[in-house]
Amino acid sequence: MNTFSDSVSTAFSLIASLDPLLGSIVLRSLAVSALACLLASSAGLVLGAWLGVARFRGRGAVLTVLNTLLALPSVVVGLVIYLLLSRSGPLGFLGWLFSFKAMVLAQTVLVLPVVMALVRQTIEDADRLHGEQFQSLGAGKGMRSLLLLWDERYTLLTVLIAAFGRAISEVGAVMVVGGNIDGFTRVMTTAIALETSKGDLPLALALGLLLLAVVLLLNVLIALVRRWRERVDQDLPADASPLQARQPGIAP
Amino acid sequence: MTVLFDMKGVGVHFGKVQALQACALRINAGERVALVGSNGSGKSTLLRTLHGLVRPTVGTLQVDGAARQAMLFQHPYMLRTSARANVALGLWLKGVAWSEANNQALHALERVGLGALAQRNAKALSGGQQQRLALARAWALQPDVLLLDEPTASLDPGAKREVEALMAEFAQAGMTLIFSSHNLGQVKRLASRVMYLEHGRLLADLPTQDFFNGPLPLEAEIFVKGEIV
Repeated sequence: MNTFSDSVSTAFSLIASLDPLLGSIVLRSLAVSALACLLASSAGLVLGAWLGVARFRGRGAVLTVLNTLLALPSVVVGLVIYLLLSRSGPLGFLGWLFSFKAMVLAQTVLVLPVVMALVRQTIEDADRLHGEQFQSLGAGKGMRSLLLLWDERYTLLTVLIAAFGRAISEVGAVMVVGGNIDGFTRVMTTAIALETSKGDLPLALALGLLLLAVVLLLNVLIALVRRWRERVDQDLPADASPLQARQPGIAP
Repeated sequence: MTVLFDMKGVGVHFGKVQALQACALRINAGERVALVGSNGSGKSTLLRTLHGLVRPTVGTLQVDGAARQAMLFQHPYMLRTSARANVALGLWLKGVAWSEANNQALHALERVGLGALAQRNAKALSGGQQQRLALARAWALQPDVLLLDEPTASLDPGAKREVEALMAEFAQAGMTLIFSSHNLGQVKRLASRVMYLEHGRLLADLPTQDFFNGPLPLEAEIFVKGEIV
């Protein structure tokens, strides 16, 4: 118990003193996970929305695979990306193994199914309720998915939080493809694992507290944004356009 | 007289459910057709079939392709944006440039008495206002045929009167109206022809006066008495 309380007090002093080692690990973690979420969301929002309205042979099988990927172990993702990026692998020429880029790629692959599956469910439910009305107005499937995506934007913020939470809290994938190299690929979760195994509990605990604080802060920020937008929505500008321009390649 | 819809032996099946069975009808331009019947009788399916949202499983449906259509749903869905943008969206989807669509949208909102609320979030409007907004969105498309699925079902008496007045004005201007309703008073006031459906079958198709005065099939007779009493 003493060890624990000592660790907590040391952790707080490390955080309060803005320890540079701690800071660099935290910033790297945030950068990797934020970039991975950005990439996964860019693809996942569009693909998930399309899956929500599209009907094709084999869709059920695609959804089963997608839902299975929600439970994809991060260490398996790490292993697959490792094999792809290793010198003898098909992407070995990139030279990304044990780099920042490899960690971003691994977390993107890990988070993409989460974004796609949750967006697909949200859009499919909305389309079941309201899709006919857009169809009546002349919106094709692509346009319907984009309009519903835009209209469900506040709900989808929660999806993005879930995706970021999955990315920043995983350890297996970044450990395998990043190698936990001090000053280069060490992030919060890999550092916690390492420091715990070394017995440096204060640093491990400080990182753990920061990890929680980051996720908490993000949740608070998104809740504030949601509340602010809902208030702003009561008094919209005259030319508020649901989509500023037609999306190329999507029939109205 | 231009025939807008010519339906012969149309049936619509959703799995094992037969939503419409052997429906035959012809609707001409300028008519005001009311669809009546109990819940689940097939009124909404018939409207959605006429509008092209549902394909007949059997039978043939010929539609005048030159006639523009718009449909008003019982619970109109509005995007989380201004009333004006919601109306403009319908026009934009038909190929009207956004700035022009915005101008036309304002005109349409003024037409239904919502000009002052153009900038308000559509989701923040009352049920009656949302229904009028949906009417504006439909009217902005300048349809020849307006299909309405229980347009006043969930509105208070004041909002009901407003929506009914707009429907009457649209009909006066030559628009063909096809609407479903449980309100037989409204049917009397607005319709020139009444169709009675039960279990997906079209059991009566009569001019309004004949429907309320003349002999009816037993099922329709019971329905009318039940609704009026």
